[in-house]
Amino acid sequence: MLGRTLREVSAALKQGQITPTELCQKCLSLIKKTKFLNAYITVSEEIALKQAEESEKRYKKGHSLGDLDGIPIAVKDNFSTSGIETTCASNMLKGYVPPYNATVVQKLLDQGAVLMGKTNLDEFAMGSGSTDGVFGPVKNPWSYSKQYREKTKHKARGENEDSNWLITGGSSGGSAAAVATFTCFAALGSDTGGSTRNPAAHCGVVGFKPSYGLVSRHGLIPLVNSMDVPGILTRCVDDAAIVLGMLAGHDPKDSTTVQDPVKPFTLPSLTDVSKLCIGIPKEYLTPELSSEVQSLWSKAANLFESEGAKVIEVSLPHTSYSIVCYHVLCTSEVASNMARFDGLEYGHRCDIDVSTEAMYAATRREGFNDVVRGRILSGNFFLLKENYENYFIKAQKVRRLIANDFVNVFNSGVDVLLTPTTLSEAVPYQEFIKEDNRTRSAQDDIFTQAVNMAGLPAVSVPVALSNQGLPVGLQFIGRAFHDQQLLTVAKWFEKQVQFPVTQLQELMDDCSSVFEIEKLASVSLKQ
Amino acid sequence: MAAPMLRGCCLARRGALACVDGGSRHGRGAAIGCRSSGKRGQSSVAQQPLITAQKSGKGEHKWAAVVGLEIHAQISSNSKLFSGSQVQFAAPPNSLVSFFDASLPGTLPVLNRRCVEAAVMTGLALKCHINKKSLFDRKHYFYADLPAGYQITQQRLPIAVNGSLEYSVCVGKKRSQVITRTARIKQIQLEQDSGKSLHDELRSQTLIDLNRAGVGLLEVVLEPDMSCGEEAATAVRELQLILQALGTSQANMAEGQLRVDANISVHHPGEPLGVRTEVKNLNSARFLARAIDSEIERQINELENGREILNETRSFDCKLGCTIPMRDKEGKQDYRFMPEPNLPPLLLYDTASLPPGADPQQVINIDRIREQLPELPSETREQLVQQYGMLPEHSFTILNEVGLLEFFQNVIKETRAEPKKVTSWILNNFLGFLKQQNLAVNESPVTPSALAELLNLLDRKAISSSAAKQVFEELWRSKGKTPSQIVSEKQLELMQDGEALDQVCLAVMEEHPQVVLAMKRGNPRAINKLIGLVRKATLSRADPTVIKEILEKKLSS
Repeated sequence: MLGRTLREVSAALKQGQITPTELCQKCLSLIKKTKFLNAYITVSEEIALKQAEESEKRYKKGHSLGDLDGIPIAVKDNFSTSGIETTCASNMLKGYVPPYNATVVQKLLDQGAVLMGKTNLDEFAMGSGSTDGVFGPVKNPWSYSKQYREKTKHKARGENEDSNWLITGGSSGGSAAAVATFTCFAALGSDTGGSTRNPAAHCGVVGFKPSYGLVSRHGLIPLVNSMDVPGILTRCVDDAAIVLGMLAGHDPKDSTTVQDPVKPFTLPSLTDVSKLCIGIPKEYLTPELSSEVQSLWSKAANLFESEGAKVIEVSLPHTSYSIVCYHVLCTSEVASNMARFDGLEYGHRCDIDVSTEAMYAATRREGFNDVVRGRILSGNFFLLKENYENYFIKAQKVRRLIANDFVNVFNSGVDVLLTPTTLSEAVPYQEFIKEDNRTRSAQDDIFTQAVNMAGLPAVSVPVALSNQGLPVGLQFIGRAFHDQQLLTVAKWFEKQVQFPVTQLQELMDDCSSVFEIEKLASVSLKQ
Repeated sequence: MAAPMLRGCCLARRGALACVDGGSRHGRGAAIGCRSSGKRGQSSVAQQPLITAQKSGKGEHKWAAVVGLEIHAQISSNSKLFSGSQVQFAAPPNSLVSFFDASLPGTLPVLNRRCVEAAVMTGLALKCHINKKSLFDRKHYFYADLPAGYQITQQRLPIAVNGSLEYSVCVGKKRSQVITRTARIKQIQLEQDSGKSLHDELRSQTLIDLNRAGVGLLEVVLEPDMSCGEEAATAVRELQLILQALGTSQANMAEGQLRVDANISVHHPGEPLGVRTEVKNLNSARFLARAIDSEIERQINELENGREILNETRSFDCKLGCTIPMRDKEGKQDYRFMPEPNLPPLLLYDTASLPPGADPQQVINIDRIREQLPELPSETREQLVQQYGMLPEHSFTILNEVGLLEFFQNVIKETRAEPKKVTSWILNNFLGFLKQQNLAVNESPVTPSALAELLNLLDRKAISSSAAKQVFEELWRSKGKTPSQIVSEKQLELMQDGEALDQVCLAVMEEHPQVVLAMKRGNPRAINKLIGLVRKATLSRADPTVIKEILEKKLSS
């Protein structure tokens, strides 16, 4: 039952094959079994069981609230949840219990969703590995999958198996791991430079970043306000569309959301892609791209072409400036956004009390990790009067050029762009931490980050397993506010590739029911 | 929410809180005021009166002072600039604080339409150009009563620019000559107010009250077109009247709804402007002029003694009567301005640019607001002069005193007395009594109806003017009595009985034959003496003109 998609389990609930409470308990027990993955910071067991009970009552009365009623979900721990600790994986917010729900959380709860808990991340979502949070790194469930274990048996011999685990990617690694291990059916992430799509790709799930302004940011603890969007992680594209349908639309509490009402929708099943034009941005073919991912990318392009779509090479000439431009804009906003954490109104406060300034300094030194403090320092440097023109203004201009690149490509008739999501499959933690957070973020966001500059919708869809038995995702990028069209194409693609389900039997031998549906690749893109 | 906190080096900033003025009347007569010759043009911009330093060591050096103002006016609205919390003076600490005001992470600003309309209306009244697109910025500094660590303001592109404020100063020996001056308005910007820090010296801690945090402010920036404390104080007073007439701010300085910072420098005319200082938190009308003049005086003294003026921030110590440097502003502040990413550009429309089919709830039409502009103080004064033949300087007094105009209009409505008589009574007797008792107009025990009734009695000669003054004093003492009641109780009504008066006159003449004789000899003062005697005999209840008539008739017969 847990291995099903949201839509499938929703149907099962409606037909009474399972009750919300049973479903919730199964997920809770799985959360306990997978605790070592560190996907959750807080498991809200009591609240979840209570919500499930209420959902059950509604089903009994025949008053179900809809597709999400009784569905276990998880939320990244940088979304405010009323009465549930919200930490951003930082000492600064340990013990902070918000008095309100983020709009997206409230909308899910209003639909009857059951909140299982708050998922792990890099501190304040600053990172690309989910390795830099105060509660420790998230382990990629695929590290323990049959598929990966079989492929790497020869390597693992003689080594401590446990030290070989892989990162999830980040910063929404906890949400990606939670969805990948079936402890929930959908999870909220956040996406500022790829933080939803990157871990989705590494964990073999769908990671969707909506258009900027389509989904409310109210209650999302910001990284970069002008780029943040709540992300959706699910096990299939249809599920992402269902959740988007619940979340999209104007929020009076977020002035940057669309004014026009958004109607709920279901994705059509495309049978004909011959009218589609798929753009392949040539700048995304970088030397760092692993040959395996590159080959899957071109196979995917070929698939579209063979089915009649027009596939053309396009140019996004300013792509290479994106990372450095992002660095300036991101750190500047971080410097500003983090100014509120001073220990006065909420969060951590140090014991030093000789003066207000000393208290600020010690509170912030104790509360933030090096990554956060480093970004605050750079951001304040860029915002200094003498530097503002040379850095911030220039970065804004470059951002405009990057956004215009996309506009030009879409104006030339391209419907969606097809790119890799990540350079390669997930790497082992030991490997990952050889480079610092800043280097990793710069490398790992390379394909995802320009999209945030332009505010476009993008989705990472798992496509196949690598030679090592690890998931690889590809990214589709759509026109602003053409999220539905984007997901429709992604859904068609998903159906063609038939990505396999994680096989975690060895890990959780008594959870065999989880894996009752084992898809077989019909059109395999595997090498 | 009260966050106890140790005080550090930030004591000075809010130090001025203690010296809050009791009322909104401001004193006249600056130490080194702008006693201009009166030869200046009717409307002058940036004309600097020449000031001779009091200790002019080096001969006849003339100094000119240059004063610019930044005025913060709290917008009169039900809720704050970016949140739904109520705005209310003197509410219990931290009782009006939304999650946004407390800067809870994840909260976002939502612009209050009323505040935008108030800014547009104020801009229009001050002849500003209204920017159809304006932007919000973050201004960063760490302070305990600034929860977000930044203030949302409009630094790059404010809502209104390039306006002017006309104000009038009274000059001449009797200060009876009214001269109009103009201070240019650089810009009006919308911004958030901060909270309040309350320093508990005993326990060495600071308490934070966030009720004020996030209240909408209009920052009005006046170019350095003023030259002394009195000019600045008068300009501020005029702005205050305009804001009150518009209803965009209650602009009550005692409640902190109007706060003034002044930029001050001195130089020799013809030479470049001097280094300026900023005197912060001039939050009392009473001290505004004094603070500026004392700073001008200080700068002149410094320079005359061969010292330099530092570009620094100072505050006015009302006990010492001079400005002192503010300790926490010693280091140079870099506010690290940045666009506010959570607020899209603020777009305004006029009837011509209004998008078709736009929801009136979603757009702001500048032309519509222009139509709603009420009568401004300058127009009201003009009206008083035209309609009631009032002297211009009297029209200023009527408007400057809070509530006096309304009082005047109410009296006028209910009395048949001449407007000039009303004006005279209100400005001389009524205002005099108020000042003597240190009362505001709305605290007066004499109601407009009572005064109107009294003036009616006077007008139909039911009482004499000296009796009227007696009644007026009585009204002040015995609340609740009407003038007629007092008149009858004290038997102050004029003798209407001609025969009786005739008898009294006759009796007086008989008692004072010498005076009668003197009169007959042609001494003109003698008749006045007789009139006085008759009045005394009638307990001041007879009309002197009638007495005079009777006496003259009797003497000539």
